[in-house]
Amino acid sequence: MNFFKLSFLMLRRDLRAGELNVLVLALVIAVSGMTTVGFFADRVEMALSSESNQLLGADLLVISSHPLAESYREQAQKFDLKTSTVTKFPSMVFNGEASQLVEIKAVTDGYPLRGKLYLGGTRESPQNRVANMIPEPGTIWVDEKLMVRLNLKKGDLLEIGSTQLAVSELIIREPDHSVGFMNMRPHVLISAADLPATDLIQQGSRITYRLLVAGEARNVERYRSWIEQRLTTAERIEGIRDARPEIKAALERAEKFLSLAALASVILAAAAISLAVRRFTLRHLDGCAIMRSLGASQAGLSQMYLLYFVTLGVVASAIGCLLGFGTQEILTIWLTDLTETALPWPSWLPAIHGMLIGMVLLLGFALPPILNLRSVPALRVLRRDIGRPNAHSLIGYLSGLAALSFLFIWQAEDLQLGLYFVAGFIIAIVVFGLLGWLLVRMLSGLRHQAGGAWRYGLASIHRRTISSLVQAVSLGLGLMALLVLTLIQDDLIEDWSTKLPPDMPNHFLVSIQSDQLQPLEAFFSRHDIDQPSVYPMVRGRLTEINGEAVSPDDYTADAHAERHIRREFNLSWASDLSDDNQIVNGAWWGNASIEEAEISFEEGLAKTIGVKLGDRLTYDIAGSPFSAKITSLRKVDWDTFRVNFFVIVSPGFLEGYPVSYVTSFYVPPAKTAMIHELVREFPNILVVDVAVVINQVQQMIGQVSQAIEFVFLFTLLAGFVVLYAAIASTQDERIYEAAIFRTLGAKREQLTRAWAAEFAILGGLAGLFASAGASALGYAVGHYVLHLNYTVNPWIWVTGIFVGVIGVLVAGMMGTRSTLTTPPLLTLRKIG
Amino acid sequence: MGNKIVDEPILWTSALTRQVSTDEEQLTILQSIDLQVNAGEAVAIIGASGSGKSTLLGLLAGLDIPTSGKVHLDGVDIFKLDEDERAALRGKVLGFVFQSFQLLPALTALENVMLPLELAGVSNAEVSAQRLLDRVGLALRLHHYPKQLSGGEQQRVAIARAFATAPKLLLADEPTGNLDSATGIQIIELMFELNREHGTTLVLVTHDEALSQRCSRQIRLADGKLVQ
Repeated sequence: MNFFKLSFLMLRRDLRAGELNVLVLALVIAVSGMTTVGFFADRVEMALSSESNQLLGADLLVISSHPLAESYREQAQKFDLKTSTVTKFPSMVFNGEASQLVEIKAVTDGYPLRGKLYLGGTRESPQNRVANMIPEPGTIWVDEKLMVRLNLKKGDLLEIGSTQLAVSELIIREPDHSVGFMNMRPHVLISAADLPATDLIQQGSRITYRLLVAGEARNVERYRSWIEQRLTTAERIEGIRDARPEIKAALERAEKFLSLAALASVILAAAAISLAVRRFTLRHLDGCAIMRSLGASQAGLSQMYLLYFVTLGVVASAIGCLLGFGTQEILTIWLTDLTETALPWPSWLPAIHGMLIGMVLLLGFALPPILNLRSVPALRVLRRDIGRPNAHSLIGYLSGLAALSFLFIWQAEDLQLGLYFVAGFIIAIVVFGLLGWLLVRMLSGLRHQAGGAWRYGLASIHRRTISSLVQAVSLGLGLMALLVLTLIQDDLIEDWSTKLPPDMPNHFLVSIQSDQLQPLEAFFSRHDIDQPSVYPMVRGRLTEINGEAVSPDDYTADAHAERHIRREFNLSWASDLSDDNQIVNGAWWGNASIEEAEISFEEGLAKTIGVKLGDRLTYDIAGSPFSAKITSLRKVDWDTFRVNFFVIVSPGFLEGYPVSYVTSFYVPPAKTAMIHELVREFPNILVVDVAVVINQVQQMIGQVSQAIEFVFLFTLLAGFVVLYAAIASTQDERIYEAAIFRTLGAKREQLTRAWAAEFAILGGLAGLFASAGASALGYAVGHYVLHLNYTVNPWIWVTGIFVGVIGVLVAGMMGTRSTLTTPPLLTLRKIG
Repeated sequence: MGNKIVDEPILWTSALTRQVSTDEEQLTILQSIDLQVNAGEAVAIIGASGSGKSTLLGLLAGLDIPTSGKVHLDGVDIFKLDEDERAALRGKVLGFVFQSFQLLPALTALENVMLPLELAGVSNAEVSAQRLLDRVGLALRLHHYPKQLSGGEQQRVAIARAFATAPKLLLADEPTGNLDSATGIQIIELMFELNREHGTTLVLVTHDEALSQRCSRQIRLADGKLVQ
């Protein structure tokens, strides 16, 4: 027999007859939901990184202390990337007698490649404007600090090295303005063409050469891998992820939220498919029995069904991918004003993912129970009551679970998150299953006391205990995903946004001298600004770990670590631990006086440079050694934008060294003028404006929330499919029941009541499971993955159970309406 | 027993026709059937497979809708009623025994028998149901589910259910079709006994000549037409 042909004939017949509607719908929606998420996340992620890259002025920086090889730039151009170079060094500039140490940036055409350079307004148009070119040769652009300090005005000649340049513009904001404490000198921008004339590029000058690279994300990645293999030890690359901890944290969290949303639709799809397969198996029993009685071999049947499902999977997944691509286009058009820049074109990867997800889901859940069909005894042709295989095969669920676990871990792109999901999922199924079984047993006991409709509802649930449990658990999981995404996601995002309060510090003051503390306090009072906490700071270079000398050369493998060793550390002291710091290892010194100096080290940096609890560190502070033991490791919440230190020393040991102070505070938009005054009154204090970074982060949170909300619509749709599948999976039994009830004289209303009771009980169970699961999951994800102090929302229980009962009730009654109007004889004949 | 033959037949049809349309043609399954069943009678409808016996039975019970013609059941023109009213009439007047038993798998034997009583709003459903199951010899099987019962036992439950509401008319569709012959004979005996005890009118569809001879009258169907 030609099973190949038979398989296609059967598939065509089943498709035409609508037998596969639920399965195809589940698969198409699942895959299209997933690919929409995939395509869109792909684009948003690219856009997010590109927006964050505005803070770098590029997508990727190549940084070196030596001039960069020309081949680096040429290769970037070969990859179709834009380039520009920045030569950065500190130097004195003079306006007559007045001088100031500044950070000079000599740039080439195209700078900045990402983000915008804002210039001050002119007399004719006082508005700030965006620079569309770099300084003309012979001119210099200066920032406000330098304007104030050297009392400059436009047209003044500024002496810089051996040349003089005319001040032509005021820099308001640079995209790559560094937030670190190292570069807070006033900034000036010149054309690279003027560089030779300054004669400042000499042996021993502290010069940083930067190659800025920007373009399509894929090309940037290609370039990144190309250059990574060629970098010398003096060179390093920096993308947004390598740069600021606060942006990095926000970006990673955003990605985790999106994969969470994607995972929810995976669960829903799995539930829907698993439910649809049950009905399929039951409906194909007779066909299989007939084929077996006509001599079909088991292997033949297996081949036929395998082919049948592979074809079905490929077709449905392809449709899903196409739909997914279409909907993400609509989404993009709808959201265009969300992102400042146009979203980049997505890659093909999500489509390939979509096909794979579709196949894994379908084959993982459908194949084992369907291949079971081959063992239907041919005798069923004669006796219909035999050979009814267990529609809930353990192997089927295990293989489905395995497929799902694989997808989880793969989709999460994060082993930890994936494993949490898998573990949570398995625990949820087991706990729900057992709990459900117990509840069904208990409820069935009540059925003899219960009145008419409830009795039949309970009887139906009891008779189909396993099916009812599968339905309740599937619905519960679906509802759980929805609850997690609505309530918990809102809570989580809110928790996250509230971490960025409106009065978050937006200015840092550095290099405050001891004798300036009181005048500064007076200054703040005068301007009606709350007194910010002031932190002492001593600068020291790490020289020894446990008595062994350390040098930057020991860290050539890790540019990040090397930089920290090369630079001076900012050491502070404190007697109390601030809110945004948390001890993860060891203990914080109390108020008790201690004999020997102790160090509390930030855990991330400790890992980077390889120090641990109990290590003795020696710093060189202004020429004299200072030694102390690490007695605790701290986790620092960098999201808060407050002053934080990698290294804190117990109080009473650093006070004798040269100390300066640092603080951060919030300046409301209406009071920005006070910063000018501050700069004039305390010329040596460095003022750092971090408002730009904060805005970027806040905007990003907003955009991600909106994207997730859209993605949630798909999850909702998938949730409806689960509901539909759950109701359809028992449709045949219900039609039969209806026929008997009608034959025995039941009115429509009596039958409706019995079913309503059943659906309400089922929905209640699902809602209960969902609420329990969502609370646990929300807590776990919030606490362990996203590191937020999430508190369980009690409304989840009310909402979960209410939505469960009403949702299943309404969908169930709608789904079974047609069975009420079918003449009973038709049904009894067909089934009987 | 108290059988009383009244003037109006308990069941009569007039020009009852059932056609089914396919893409190519129109099939006439039943053609202009006129028949009468008087109260207390036991009538067998016999005919070969495909002669339209079961379709006729379905129409008599109002389980299916005719293409044209009338069915009067207990004085009511049933196709003038809506589906709910027909169901209510069935619940009051008719009892059924099917070839494949048609018990609800979710319910125990007792609950299956209670079902029509509860649907009719009878108060002591459980007591009546128990008595009937006792009568059909299943006193020890009250709480068994259909799948835990043999075919013969299932049909006994179905018979108990059919008599639960003390129907005026019992419709039986090949009641022994799914049973071995020994069990079939027992079931038939039981059915006729109960029929006598309750004074019920019986309409029995069968292709078994011997069984049909136990009825007081035979109606023969061939190709959808009555052949008397």
